[in-house]
Amino acid sequence: MSRLSQALLGAVLVFLYMPIVVMVVMAFNRSALYELPIEWDTVWFQALAGNERLLTASMNSILIALANTVIATVLGTMAALAFARFRFRGRNLMRLLLLPTITIPWLIIGTAMLVLFFWIGIGRGLHAILLGHVALSIPYVVIVVGARLAGFGPALEEAAASLGASPWQTFVRVSFPVIAPGVVAAALFAFAVSFDQFVISYFLSPPGVSTLPVEIYAAIRKGFTPEVNAISAIIILVSMGLMLAFARLYRFGGERGS
Amino acid sequence: MSETARRRRAIVGLTAPAYLWLLLTIFLPLAAMLCFSVLTVAPIGGREPALTLKHYAAFLEKDFYRDLTWRSVRLGLDVTFWCVVVGYPAAFALARHVRGCWREALFLLIVLPFWSNGLVRVFSWTIVLRDGGLLDRAVHWVVPGAGALDIIYSYPATVIGLVHSFVPYMILTCYLSLQAIDDSLIEAARSLGASAARTFLRVVLPLSLPGLVAGAVLIFVPVVGSFMEPRILGGTQGIMLGTVIEDQFTTVFNWPLGAALSFILLAIVLAVMLAALPVLRGRLAGAEGASS
Repeated sequence: MSRLSQALLGAVLVFLYMPIVVMVVMAFNRSALYELPIEWDTVWFQALAGNERLLTASMNSILIALANTVIATVLGTMAALAFARFRFRGRNLMRLLLLPTITIPWLIIGTAMLVLFFWIGIGRGLHAILLGHVALSIPYVVIVVGARLAGFGPALEEAAASLGASPWQTFVRVSFPVIAPGVVAAALFAFAVSFDQFVISYFLSPPGVSTLPVEIYAAIRKGFTPEVNAISAIIILVSMGLMLAFARLYRFGGERGS
Repeated sequence: MSETARRRRAIVGLTAPAYLWLLLTIFLPLAAMLCFSVLTVAPIGGREPALTLKHYAAFLEKDFYRDLTWRSVRLGLDVTFWCVVVGYPAAFALARHVRGCWREALFLLIVLPFWSNGLVRVFSWTIVLRDGGLLDRAVHWVVPGAGALDIIYSYPATVIGLVHSFVPYMILTCYLSLQAIDDSLIEAARSLGASAARTFLRVVLPLSLPGLVAGAVLIFVPVVGSFMEPRILGGTQGIMLGTVIEDQFTTVFNWPLGAALSFILLAIVLAVMLAALPVLRGRLAGAEGASS
């Protein structure tokens, strides 16, 4: 690789990682005003352990993300199976209808959900947030699992059926083991979508109930609290870990490169 | 049960749950918002709304909203521009000059931050850009006696934060279209006497245009609708269409006006996507035609 390319890619990586590294390092700084030199201390992590609001919000985020992962993965995988194995009228239209969720700014979707949910009595709360997160996750699950399904034709399933397996047996014993890595990748993806989601949660959370990103936003707007730094450092490390796991399973981009 | 009936039941059974969910959470809400945008007051709590177009009229008549929309569009254009400036060369270097496992590792490193929390990444820039922060110190270390940097809570700070959030999109889409270019096309151009610059302009750039346009759309659309980033990094210069819509729903409680502004934002988004569609489709079709 040429010198210029090395310098260029190096500069881009510094730009991408510098603020994240600074934030994680500052989470361990005793000074609340980010003064240098750094006095290493875990005082903010201890403060975090005593911050009920942030802990409750974290628990809400994790519970919603888990529920979202299960629901979105099941519903999305079912739809992906239908698209992969059947040709029917409206199939293309239905696949097109997945796009608005991905392409319309979350601000519009979030405020629109708020309007409808208030109107028809669903209201705001953790249940409303879960409704919204699943909607955002389904299209990604359909795409990720669909890509895996496209990789193997119906021949295996037809063979199983011709040997006398019921549709359910065929799915459990033949199809699922083949698409399993795709389903696991989609589930990780759905978890990350929900755990990181701020905009939808923000509009659908009533006073007193919130998820972690909503709580962080409120804290940043009120003026900074160093505990936010500590929890942010944890979030960054967790979500990057999740995505490394996702990349190992799905190898997006990598395979084409080699 | 006949074969077609069984087939139909399978299709409906597999797709209905997901699409009913999307109906309730995406399509009905958008319809409800359209209704709200033509009402005088929100029909909640027993108030009697009447039909009106005054919220859309206000948008056309008041300079405030037009300026606001232009600010948001300009923010979208600026962020997209800088993402191209930073992202395209990086994608080019990655696709053309890096091989093997290095390429895979670098690719992963570039898309990784993208999947971490956007709010947290914007927050991290407040630590870097604040007075007495890392950037301020670095500048004063290089140029002692330089004035205060004073960049936090400004338009440039917002642009920096948003470019940081969205540049991986541009690198990703440009990389995918650049690495798909057949090396023999470039060799052919060079052996026929084209200079490196001419080869780039006449061969590489047109073939990678779909990636460039796709990246630009994927960045422009969310940036026009952004409110959290301008709010945190932009200070008093951070008033955008997005932040005003946020206010209508969270502090001012003028939902019909907020709904009308959201639909104007949606119209801008759709216009941009429709404008980009022929480029994407035409170029993709052209590439297929050329390869066959």
